[in-house]
Amino acid sequence: MEQLKKMSASTRSTIITYGMVIVLFAVMQALSSAKVISSSTTGLLVPITAYVCLSISLNLVVGISGELSLGHAGFMSVGAFTGIVVASMLADTITLGWARLLVSMLIGGMFAGLAGFLVGVPVMRLHGDYLAIVTLAFGEIIKNLLNNLYVGFDAKGLHLSMKSAQALGMEGGKIIINGPQGAVGISKLSTFLFGFLLVLFTLTVVLNLINSRTGRAIMAVRDNRIAAESVGINTTKYRLIAFVVSAALAGMAGVLYGLNFSSIVPKKFDFNTSILILVFVVLGGMGNIRGGIIAAIVLTILPEKLRFIGDFRMLMYAIVLISVMLVTNNKTFQTKLGMLRERIRRRKDPDLDLVASRAGGDGNE
Amino acid sequence: MILNDFSRRTFIKLSGVAAAGLGLSACGNSGSASSGSTESAGGAAASGDTFKVGGIGPVTGPAAIYGSATKYGAQVAVDEVNAAGKIKLELNWQDDEHDAEKSVNAYNNLKDWGMQILVGTTTTTPCVAVSTESNADRIFELTPSASSVNVLGGEDIGADNPRKDNVFQMCFTDPNQGTASAQYISQQKLGTNIAIIYNNADAYSTGIYQKFVDEAGALGLKIVSTTTFTDDQTDFSVQVGEAKKNKADLVFLPIYYTPASLILSEAKKQDYAPKFFGVDGMDGILDLEGFDKSLAEGVMLLTPFVATATDEATQSFDEAYKKASGADANPNQFAADAYDCVKAIAKAIEEAKIEPSMATPDMCDALIKQFTDASFSYEGLTGKSSWSTTGEVTKTPKGMVIENGIYMPLDKEETK
Amino acid sequence: MGFLSNLINGISLGSVYAIIALGYTMVYGIAKMLNFAHGDVIMVGGYLCFIGMSSLGLPTVVAVLLSIVGCTCLGIVVERLAYKPLREAPSLAVLITAIGVSYFLQNSALLIWGADPKVFKSIVDLPSISLFDGQLVIGPINLVTALTCLVIMVCLTLFTSRTKMGKAMRACSEDKGAAQLMGINVNTTISMVFAIGSGLAAIAGVLLCSTYPTLMPTTGALPGIKAFTAAVIGGIGSIPGAALGGVLLGIIEIFAKAYIGTQLADAIVFGVLIVMLLIRPAGLLGKEIHEKV
Repeated sequence: MEQLKKMSASTRSTIITYGMVIVLFAVMQALSSAKVISSSTTGLLVPITAYVCLSISLNLVVGISGELSLGHAGFMSVGAFTGIVVASMLADTITLGWARLLVSMLIGGMFAGLAGFLVGVPVMRLHGDYLAIVTLAFGEIIKNLLNNLYVGFDAKGLHLSMKSAQALGMEGGKIIINGPQGAVGISKLSTFLFGFLLVLFTLTVVLNLINSRTGRAIMAVRDNRIAAESVGINTTKYRLIAFVVSAALAGMAGVLYGLNFSSIVPKKFDFNTSILILVFVVLGGMGNIRGGIIAAIVLTILPEKLRFIGDFRMLMYAIVLISVMLVTNNKTFQTKLGMLRERIRRRKDPDLDLVASRAGGDGNE
Repeated sequence: MILNDFSRRTFIKLSGVAAAGLGLSACGNSGSASSGSTESAGGAAASGDTFKVGGIGPVTGPAAIYGSATKYGAQVAVDEVNAAGKIKLELNWQDDEHDAEKSVNAYNNLKDWGMQILVGTTTTTPCVAVSTESNADRIFELTPSASSVNVLGGEDIGADNPRKDNVFQMCFTDPNQGTASAQYISQQKLGTNIAIIYNNADAYSTGIYQKFVDEAGALGLKIVSTTTFTDDQTDFSVQVGEAKKNKADLVFLPIYYTPASLILSEAKKQDYAPKFFGVDGMDGILDLEGFDKSLAEGVMLLTPFVATATDEATQSFDEAYKKASGADANPNQFAADAYDCVKAIAKAIEEAKIEPSMATPDMCDALIKQFTDASFSYEGLTGKSSWSTTGEVTKTPKGMVIENGIYMPLDKEETK
Repeated sequence: MGFLSNLINGISLGSVYAIIALGYTMVYGIAKMLNFAHGDVIMVGGYLCFIGMSSLGLPTVVAVLLSIVGCTCLGIVVERLAYKPLREAPSLAVLITAIGVSYFLQNSALLIWGADPKVFKSIVDLPSISLFDGQLVIGPINLVTALTCLVIMVCLTLFTSRTKMGKAMRACSEDKGAAQLMGINVNTTISMVFAIGSGLAAIAGVLLCSTYPTLMPTTGALPGIKAFTAAVIGGIGSIPGAALGGVLLGIIEIFAKAYIGTQLADAIVFGVLIVMLLIRPAGLLGKEIHEKV
C-alpha cells in the first residue's frame, strides 16, 4: 500500500486500470464457469470486450490526440470482414480455433490499420469539425463499398468482385461475403478469454503509447498545436500515428466482434455504431481510459437490463444518456456535489484543509 | 475541439455504482431463471401447463413496422389458441432493433425466461445469427418472415452454414419468389422490356433480384434497366427516369411497400405509367395511412395473404389485430405469417401430443418430426402450407392485381 | 433532355437539403454545436403538419403554421432543458446530449405515432408541368421548394445583417465574451437561434415530406446527416454557403446516380465532400480562420 502511494499518479492509475480489468474478468469467468449467471449476461461478455477495445482505441484519437472521429465503425468493419475472409480461408489449414482467430485478428488489424493510413493521410490536413465530417464521410464510403463487395473462395483461390455474386466466376467453393447480405455461416471462434486478452493487448498498446515520447508529443499537439510545431514536433506525423494505431486496434476488435456471430452485414457498421463508440469515450471522460472502459460496459448492459420496461426501453436509454451528460457537466450541479463531498471528507478527517473543489471543464476552443 | 477537464470522476463513481447494481442484478437473475419477462404477469408460476413461446423482432428502429406487425399477429393467434382451451401458450416478445447482436441478446434473454419454442426472428440478418444459437440449444424455431435461405442453412450457403434442422420458414424463400415472379411474368406475357428497381443494401431485395435475373435470362425476358437504392433513400427520380428512358413496359419491384409507394408517386410525377409487378413485400401498400390508392391502380403482386379478403378467418383476424395493435391499420402479410406460425405450431403440438413438461430439446425433436411429416399440413391465412426437411415452406402464391383499391385475383392461377 | 430533368431533380433535392442546412449552419455559427437532433425536429415538423392536415382537417396553410409553431416551441424547450445547462461544458458533451435528444425524439415519435409509415399529402396540389412532349416533367412541389429555399436564404441574410437581434447573433458568433461585454444577452441570443433553427426545420420537414411522401420516425435522420454535409461543403456558419452547399450536394447526388451508377451513389457524394474539403478546408464560402499563437 505504501509503495502504491509513492508511485507517480500515472503509474498508479495504470495499475488500477489493469487491476480493474483483470478482476472483472476473473469474477465474470468464475461466475460463468460456475453457471450462476444468466445466459443473457453470458452472451454479452464477448460483445462487451469488443466494445471495451473499441472504446480504448477511439479514446486514443478523441481523448489523447484530440481529433473528433465519427467513422470508427468503418475501421471496425474493415477488420471484421477481413477477419471473416481469413478465418474462412484458413478453415482447413489451421484447425486450432484460437490460432485461426489469432491469425485472422492480426491480418484484420493490419488491413484496418492500412485503411486508417489511407484515410488518415488526407484527413490529417484538416482540423476540428471539418475533420469530424470527413471521418464521417469515410465511414459511410467504407460501408457503401462493402455493400457492393463480393468475395468467394474456391480451389483456385480468392475471387473478388464489386458487381455481383455471379460475376465472381466461382467453380464450386463458397461465397464468403455476399454484398449487402454480408457474411453468413461464420464459425464462431471468439471467446470471452480471447476477448479479455485483446482488451489487455489494446490497453498495453495504448497506455504504453501514451506514456512514451510519442505519446507526449501527441498530447502536446492536442494541447497546443502551434506551440508543439514551434518546438519542432512534426504534428501531422504524430496525429497520424495515433489515428493509424487506433484504426488497427479497432480492426482487431472488429474481428473479435465479427467472429462472435454467425452472420454480419455491412449495414451494422454505420454512423450509429460510430456514435455509440464515441458515446462510450465521452461519457467515460475523454482521455480517461478507465472511464471509457466502464462506460462501454455499463452502456452495453443498460439496454438489456431495461428490457422489462418493454416499448419504453430505448426512450429510457435516451433519457439516461441526456441525464448523465447534464449531471456530469452542469456547473451548478458540480459545485453542489463538490460541497457535499467536501463535507463528508471533513467529517472523516477534521484536520484536512478545505481543498478547492474542482471546477468543471472550461470552454476553450 | 475541447478536450480539457471533463469532471470524469463523478461519472466514474456514478457508473461504478450503476455497474455494481447491474452486476448484482445480473447475478440475481440467475438464481431464478424466470425474471425478465415483459408481457405477461406471473412468468414462472404458469410453467406447469403452459408452453413458453418466445418471439423476436424489431419493435424500435427503422424496421419497427415489420416487428410490430409480427408481434401483434402472434399475440392474436396466442389469444385464440388459449381461448380454444386445448393447449395453453404464453408469448414473450423481445425487441432486436433489426440487429444481429441485439437479436442474440434478446434470444438469450428469452432463454433465461424459459422459452421452449421460438417464433422469429422477423428480419433475415438477425435470424441467421439467432438460428445458429437455437440450433445449438435445440429450440424449435419457426420464422414468420425471414425469407433468406441463409436462415435455414444448407450445403452451398456461406462459409460454414450446414442445414439447421430445427429452423423452418412460414414465408417463401427469396429465390423462390424471384423465380416464381419471372415465370409468372413470362407465362402471362405481362411485359417484354423489364426494368428492375431494388434495394441493394437489403438482403431480401437482393436475394429476390439475383434469382429473378437468372430466371428471366433463361426465359428470354429482356431487362432494359436495373437501378438500385439503399435504405432511407427517398429520392427515386433517377431510378424511375432510367426506366422511363429505356422504355420499360414493366417495372419489377422486389422491395417493401414503403419505398414502393415512393416509386409509384414519383412515376406519377413523371407521367410514366408502366405495369408494376411486386412481391410479397408489396402487400401493405394499400393500408399506408394517407396513401392515394389510385397510384397503386393496376399494380400486380405475388402474395400469399390478402387482408381485404372476405373469408371469415381473415376478417376475424383483421378485427382482432386492430384491437391488439390499438391502431386502425389492417394487418399486413407479416402479421398474417406470424399468426400462422403460432397456429401451425399449436396444431403440431396437438397432433403430436406434446406436453409442456417435456424437455426443450425433446420438444424440438418432436416438433421437427411433426413438421417434416408428409401428412402434416396447415391451412391458415396465407394458404395451405407444408414443410420439407430443408425447412422451406410449400404453398401457392396468389397473383393479385389492385383494382379500385382492392386486390383482385389475376387470371390463370400459377402453381409453383 | 435527360440532363435537364436530372438537373431539375437535383436542384429540388438540393433545395430541401439547403433548408435543413440553413438551420444547421445558424445553430453551429452561433452556438458552436453540432445539433444532431436537427434532423429529428424535421421529422416532428412533418408529423405535426400531417396531423394538422389529415386528423384535424385543418387547411394546409394552418397546418403548416401549426407545424412551425410546434417545432419552434419544441426547439425552445429542448434548448432550455438539455442544452442551456451545458453552456459552459465541452462541445463534445453537448454533442452527445444532442444525440441523446435525437434518440429521445425518434423513440417518442415511435410511441406516439407508431412504426407504420404515413403517406404525406403534398401541400401543393397542382398537376405536374409537362414540357417537350412529356420528356421534361416538373413537379409543382419542386418549384415551391426551390423558391422557399431562396426566400428563406434572403430573409435570413437580411435578418442577420439588418436587425438588432441579427447583429447580436453575429456578434455572439464572432466572440461571445466581447458580445457579453457590449451588453448583448448571449443566453437569450442562443435560445433565439434555436427557435429560428427549429422553425426552419419544420418548413424543411413539410417540404421534404411533400417531395418524398413517406413519414416515419426515422425520416429525418439521413437528410439531417446529408444536410450537415452540405453545410460543411458550403462553409459551416455561412448562410449563403449552406444554401449553395445544399443545392450542390443535391445535384451531385442525382448526377452520380444518373451517370455513374446508383449502387455507389453515397460513396461518390461523400467522396466529393472529401475532395472539396481538401481543396478548400473551410468550405466554399466559409471564412479561413488563421490560428493565433
